[in-house]
Amino acid sequence: MSHAHTEAGAGHGNYKSYAIGFVLSVILTVIPFGMVMSGDFSRQVALITMLVMGVVQVVVHLVCFLHMNTSSEGRWNLLAFLFTVLIIIMLVGLAIWIMVNADMLMMPWMFQ
Amino acid sequence: MSTDVMHSHAGGHDHAHDHDAGGNTVFGFWLYLMTDCVLFASVFATYAVLVNHTAGGPSGKDIFELPYVLGETFLLLISSCTYGFSMIAAHRGAKSQALGWLAATFLLGAGFIGMEINEFHHLIAEGFGPDRSAFLSSFFTLVGMHGLHVTAGLVWMLVLMAQIKTRGLTPQNNTRLMCLSLFWHFLDIVWICVFTIVYLMGVVA
Repeated sequence: MSHAHTEAGAGHGNYKSYAIGFVLSVILTVIPFGMVMSGDFSRQVALITMLVMGVVQVVVHLVCFLHMNTSSEGRWNLLAFLFTVLIIIMLVGLAIWIMVNADMLMMPWMFQ
Repeated sequence: MSTDVMHSHAGGHDHAHDHDAGGNTVFGFWLYLMTDCVLFASVFATYAVLVNHTAGGPSGKDIFELPYVLGETFLLLISSCTYGFSMIAAHRGAKSQALGWLAATFLLGAGFIGMEINEFHHLIAEGFGPDRSAFLSSFFTLVGMHGLHVTAGLVWMLVLMAQIKTRGLTPQNNTRLMCLSLFWHFLDIVWICVFTIVYLMGVVA
């Protein structure tokens, strides 16, 4: 049986990596949902926790499910990904910065 | 470029050649996914800008049902794992197992889409459709775009299952399986951002 070895794209996983990814994802999903649904936590604490856990879960998915790594075969994937992250941070960050400022100048009553 | 790769696949029996062509195809698909990331980021930015513009209509707090969203999240998360099991089976050359796990992934994905259509239908029936406010327009655009991607993934999965069934786990089919794997896991990652930024932040804020 011949396989298409696709190291340049991404590696193959094993049951262990999927099991670890699944358990971590369940934990990182249930905690923020539980916090918000219980309503026992302040807005600030809930917001910070859900954002941190969201970012951590994205990394868990990238490593455990997409098998991203720093090996020489996966370097170009990683480089393309990091460049995309940079573009996204600028795109989203600057869009929100500009538009929220425009809203504050033109519709100040929305921010009182 | 991709047709060149396909031609060299069909023509060449040289394994080393297939190896490179498959790897290039998967890397090219990865680059497409990165551009899709930027597309999603633009729609996320639009949503973030418009989230407070409710025009006197409902805000996220009034219309989101978190237990329902948690159910959708788990369907998609479990489908990511079953797709991984299908990849492992395909790597071993176990064709029927790979097909079985793909079928399980398809059913979970279809369940997710069914739940999302049901949610949209309820919102529109209550008068909270995309025409109600800028917030709801951007909400339907963002969540609907993710749903359309998942639907496209489901159609692709059906076609790939038919191809694997008739032609077996050929190098071409393994490359396609790898590309769909990246697509499917990528959609699960986008969903993490959706439920965090849209649903959880919408209910807290």
